[in-house]
Amino acid sequence: MNKFETYAYDVLVIGSGGAGLRAAVASQESGARTAVISKCLLGKAHTVMAEGGIAASLGHVDENDGWQPHFKDTMFGGKYVNDWRMALIHAKESPEAVRELERWGAVFDRTPDGRILQRAFGGHTHPRLCHVGDRTGLEMIRTLQDRAVAVGIDTFMECIITRLLTDREGAVCGAFGFFKNTGKIVVFRSKAVIIATGGLGKIWRITSNSWDCTADGQALAYEAGAELKDMEFVQFHPTGMVWPPGVKGLLVTEAVRGEGGLLKNKLGERFMKKYDPKRMELSTRDVVARAINQEVKEGRGSEHGGVYLDISHRSAAYVKRKLPSMYQQFKEFADVDITKQPMEVGPTCHYTMGGVRVDHESQQSSVKGLFAAGEAAAGLHGGNRLGGNSLSDLIVFGKRAGMGAAEYARKVQSPAIIEDTTLEQYSRELFLPFERPGGETPAGVHHDLQNIMEAHAGIIRQGSELQEGLEKLKILKTRYPLIHVDGNTRYNFGWHLYLSLANMITVAEIIAKAALERKESRSAQARADFPNMDSAWGKKSIIVTKVNGAPEIRAELLPAMPDEISKLLGDH
Amino acid sequence: MAEKTHEAVFLIFRGTPENGEYKEYRIQVVDGMVVLDAMMEIQAKFVSDLGIRCNCGAGKCGSCSAEINGVPRLMCKTRLSDLPEGQPVKVGPLKSFPGIKDLVTDVSWNYEVNKTMTPFTPHQDTEWRMQQFEVDRIQEHRKCIECFLCQDTCHVIREHDKKKEYCGPRFLVRLASLAMHPLDAADRMAFIKEKAGIGLCNVTHCCSDVCPEKIRITDNAIIPLKERIADRYYDPVLTLIRRIFGKRKSNI
Ligand SMILES: Cc1cc2nc3c(=O)[nH]c(=O)nc-3n(C[C@H](O)[C@H](O)[C@H](O)COP(=O)(O)OP(=O)(O)OC[C@H]3O[C@@H](n4cnc5c(N)ncnc54)[C@H](O)[C@@H]3O)c2cc1C
Ligand code: SF4
Ligand code: SF4
Repeated sequence: MNKFETYAYDVLVIGSGGAGLRAAVASQESGARTAVISKCLLGKAHTVMAEGGIAASLGHVDENDGWQPHFKDTMFGGKYVNDWRMALIHAKESPEAVRELERWGAVFDRTPDGRILQRAFGGHTHPRLCHVGDRTGLEMIRTLQDRAVAVGIDTFMECIITRLLTDREGAVCGAFGFFKNTGKIVVFRSKAVIIATGGLGKIWRITSNSWDCTADGQALAYEAGAELKDMEFVQFHPTGMVWPPGVKGLLVTEAVRGEGGLLKNKLGERFMKKYDPKRMELSTRDVVARAINQEVKEGRGSEHGGVYLDISHRSAAYVKRKLPSMYQQFKEFADVDITKQPMEVGPTCHYTMGGVRVDHESQQSSVKGLFAAGEAAAGLHGGNRLGGNSLSDLIVFGKRAGMGAAEYARKVQSPAIIEDTTLEQYSRELFLPFERPGGETPAGVHHDLQNIMEAHAGIIRQGSELQEGLEKLKILKTRYPLIHVDGNTRYNFGWHLYLSLANMITVAEIIAKAALERKESRSAQARADFPNMDSAWGKKSIIVTKVNGAPEIRAELLPAMPDEISKLLGDH
Repeated sequence: MAEKTHEAVFLIFRGTPENGEYKEYRIQVVDGMVVLDAMMEIQAKFVSDLGIRCNCGAGKCGSCSAEINGVPRLMCKTRLSDLPEGQPVKVGPLKSFPGIKDLVTDVSWNYEVNKTMTPFTPHQDTEWRMQQFEVDRIQEHRKCIECFLCQDTCHVIREHDKKKEYCGPRFLVRLASLAMHPLDAADRMAFIKEKAGIGLCNVTHCCSDVCPEKIRITDNAIIPLKERIADRYYDPVLTLIRRIFGKRKSNI
C-alpha cells in the first residue's frame, strides 16, 4: 500500500463546473468530508461559457409564471421522453436554487423594483431566465467557487481521473488518475463518487464546447458498469459562429433572439415563418437548427455557409448593455459590429441530453455509490433541452447529488482497498503511448473521429449513414493503440488528448448505436429515413450498458405518469 | 470559397525554466486566425507534447494567458492580423509565476490568496432588493475571468516579487466587489490595508491596460478602495489638508 500518493474522503466529486461545485457544497454541508477534482483550474470549467441565463419561475417579470408552466414547457421541449419526475422536481426547486445563489453573492441584473430580472428565451412561455448580461455562467461559477472555498472543501486542480475504482460487489470505492503538472499518479479512496464531468462536444468538429468536454464521465461510468440513457439525443444549437475558421462553432447566445434578433436568409426572408410561424425565432433549438440547415442546403445561405442573425434594429446602447459579450465577440473575432451589421450563424454541437442514468431523487446511478449530476447525467431534458434549463439543472440536481452521496456515505463503513498490482497495471496503461514507435498522432485520430461524427451522426441522421459511421469507427478503434506521444509526462497536451480520445471513441460508438436504434424523428434526433414521430417510441428510453466488453442497447418504458400530472400537460 | 493563406513564423518557448529556449515553427495561416489556433495547429503537426493550458477558446475562462511579443494577453483573443506583419510571433509563458513547462505556469499562489478573504456576508433580514444602478459597478468587477494577466503585469509582483505582502490587482478587484455590494455587512478595511497591501499599488494603470475584460481596475476598484481606506484611517489629516488647501483652491 501507499506506493502511490493516496487520499481518503467520504465523497469525491469529479468536475468543478456548476454541478460539481454545487454537489460538493451540499455534500460538505451534510457532514461528509468532500473533495473536488477537476482537470481544469478552479473557476474555468465549461460552465463559465454559459451566457443567456438560468431558468426559474420566480415570476418577477410575469407573475403568471409558476412551476406548472415551467414543467409543461420542459416536457414539451423534450417531446415527452423526459423523466417527468425530474422535470417536476426541477420546476419546483429551481426558484429556491437561484435565490440561494443570490444569498451566496451572485449579482443578477435587476427589475425596476430591485428584484432578479428575467428574460424571454426559446421554448419558455414566460420570461423566465435570470441572467447577468450574457455572462450568467461565469457568475454561477464564481459564486459557487467562493462558496466551496468558504465551506472548506479540498480541491485538486488539473488532475485527470482515468478510472473509477470498484470493489468485488461492483460498488464504487474511489478513483484513479494523475496530476497534469507532473504526470504523477494519484489514488483517491472514497465511499461515494459523484460524476459531474459535463458534456462531450469535442466528439464533433463544429462545437460550442470547451476542450474539457470529452465524454470522460459518461465513459468512466459506462466502464464501471453504469447504465447510460438517451445517448442519441445530442443538441445542435442553431446559432454558432461560422467565420472565422478558428472560432467556427463558437456560440452566439440564444439571448440575441430573446432580445428580438431576427433570422434571415440571403434573400432577406425571415424564413422561420415557413418552419414555425407561431414562435418564429423563439422556436425550440432543434426546429431552428434544422430550419437553418435546410435553408443552407437549398442555396439560401450566407457568404460563409450560415444564415443571418440581425439585432441592428435595436438601439446600439441597448445591444451593448444586454449583449455585451456578443458585441465584443463579433468585434474581436470577426470584425463585425452587431449594432450595425448582421451576424452570420449556423448550427453547432452544443449539449448532450443523454448521460448517466440516475435516480430522480438522489441522483444515484445503477452502480452503488456512484452518483451523477449536470450535463453528464440524463433524464431531465428528454429529447431536447430548453435554453436556461441546464444551469438550473446543475444547481437543483447538483445539490441533490451531494446530499444523496453524503447520505449514502454515512452508511458505508470503509471503502474497499484496491490491490497495488491492479493500480500498477492501470498506471502502466497510461504510459504506453510513450513507448510505442511513431505512427498515429492523438490530433490525427481525433480529427478523423470528429469528421466521422460530423458526416454520419450529425444534425440529420440516416440508418445507412449511421451504419457506415459505425464501420468507420471500428477501423478508427484499431488505430488508437498505434498512437505515439512525444516527450514526457509533464503537462503534455498530446498525452491528455490521447487519454480523453479513448472516452470519446467509446461514447461516439454508443451515440451512433443509440441513434440507429431509435427509428423515428423526435426533437434532437432527426432521422431522414424515419421523418415522423412514432408514438410507440414516445414511451421508451434507450438504455446502454457494457456487456462482454461491448455496448448493449435496449429500450425501456418510461416511468408511468399519474393522471394529475398528465392533466398538467394538457393534450400532447 | 478558398481562404487566403500565408506563411507565418512563431517562436515558442519550449522546455522548463531551468532548461528551455525559444524554438521556431512555420505554418500556413488563414484570415481571422488567433494565436491559440496557431498553437493548436503547431501542436497537431509538430509538437504533440506541447505544454499549453486552454479550455473554452472564447475568452471566457481565462486559461490561455501568455506573453505574446512580450505583452501579457489571452492567446484565444489575439488575432494574428493585429500583430506586426512579416515578423515572427513570440509566444512565452507568464513571467511572474513559476514555470511548469512550455507555456504553462503555476498560478496556484492566486488561489491561496483568494482563500484568505472574508467571503460575501449578507446583512441579516435583508429583503434582497437592489437597484440596477447600485450593482452596475460590482457587475463590472465580477466580469473578471481570473486570467491573472493583471497579476502578471503588475510591477509590485513582477519586478519586486512582493507576493507575500500584496494580493495584486485581481484580488483588489474582488475586494472592491465585496466592499461595494449593497447588501454586504462585513468589514474588510483592516484586511485591505494590512494583509492585502493596497498601499503597495502606486496607480500605474498597467493592470487595467492588459485586462481582457476591460475592467477599469485602477479607476473603478483600486482608487475607490484607497479612498475608503484614507477616509477610515487618515481622515483627521485629510480633513486638515482639505481645510487648508481645499478652501484656498476654491478661492482661486
Ligand atoms: C457557449 C455555451 C453557452 C451556454 N449557455 C447556457 C445558458 O445560458 N443557460 C444554460 O442553462 N445552459 C447553458 N449552456 C449549457 C451549460 O453551460 C452546460 O451544460 C453546463 O455548464 C454543464 O455544467 P456541468 O457542471 O455539468 O459540467 P462542466 O461545467 O462542463 O464541468 C465539467 C467539469 O468536469 C471536469 N472534468 C471532466 N472530465 C474530467 C476528468 N476525467 N477528470 C477530472 N475532471 C474532469 C472539467 O475539468 C470540469 O471542471 C451553455 C453551453 C455553452 C457551450
Ligand atoms: S495600478 Fe497598482 S495594481 Fe495596477 S499594475 Fe499599477 S501598481 Fe499594480
Ligand atoms: S481583473 Fe482583468 S486582467 Fe485581472 S484577472 Fe480579472 S480579467 Fe484578468
